[in-house]
Amino acid sequence: MKVFDKPHALTDAPFHYCPGCTHGIIHRLVAEAIDELQIEGKTIGVAPVGCAVMAYDYFACDMVEAAHGRAPAIATGLKRSMPENIIFTYQGDGDLASIGMAETVHAATRNENITIIFVNNAIYGMTGGQMAPTSLPGQVTQTSPYGRDINNQGFPIKVSELLSSLDGPEYIERVAVNNVKNVRNAKKAILKAFKNQVEGKGFSLIEVVSSCPTNWGMTPSNALKWLEENMIPYYPLGVYKDRSAKKED
Amino acid sequence: MAKVTFKTDACKGCGLCVDACPKKIIALAKDKLNAKGHSPAEITDQDSCIACAFCATMCPDCVITVEK
Repeated sequence: MKVFDKPHALTDAPFHYCPGCTHGIIHRLVAEAIDELQIEGKTIGVAPVGCAVMAYDYFACDMVEAAHGRAPAIATGLKRSMPENIIFTYQGDGDLASIGMAETVHAATRNENITIIFVNNAIYGMTGGQMAPTSLPGQVTQTSPYGRDINNQGFPIKVSELLSSLDGPEYIERVAVNNVKNVRNAKKAILKAFKNQVEGKGFSLIEVVSSCPTNWGMTPSNALKWLEENMIPYYPLGVYKDRSAKKED
Repeated sequence: MAKVTFKTDACKGCGLCVDACPKKIIALAKDKLNAKGHSPAEITDQDSCIACAFCATMCPDCVITVEK
């Protein structure tokens, strides 16, 4: 009996990601959610600009490539014109929290019935490790060689907290993928985010705290330790908004 | 009986499965390289495997299949 195998909703194409990059884990969790809900045939994904720009090669469902940051706008159009389809976007922190902030906030406040997977690794990965809106105070990057100075560059944006202050969104949760327990929790959260859309509940965003071993300049193993020791204290995990849970109480 | 198989040529040798294994029976190969030029992960003691799939859960490249 197979205990674990590659999900059907992933193609056989090998990921182009660096060794130890947790994008691969998050891709797999999304594919597992698609498999479990048996929605592969009617799912349309929206790929971002960033490391996951070639996600359309890896997901077996239909995919659209969005301009930088515009994935929630494309997803809105897809969902409104084809409400029976399941639409998800897969975006990084440079894509969603920087150039795409307007699209993200407005899609959230309109409570568009879409699912957003937001990968937060506190750096711009694809372009070579520049400072992102989510880079931690003091974090050394290519464009902050003396560490992020909060007096000059300001504080990191906490996307989950920010969006949960709006009345619109249905479900906001922050998870991490640094160990087996957190990966399993992340899987549950992603599954719920897709289920919400199937049930027509509205906007669900899962923020996945992730690593970038190459641009952080660490081994994959040390990067996950750094994530646990530095990122999780700044970006606490948990459910930030769940409107259905309130109604049931 | 628990069985773990690695798609060796897809492995990038990141070692996350090595850290995740509770029985410490996965290691990166010391004496061989795969098609990508990485030292692939391999199981050192198949009989001790408990099929927990922790290695496969942490693998970013879907290299590992677990059966029991």
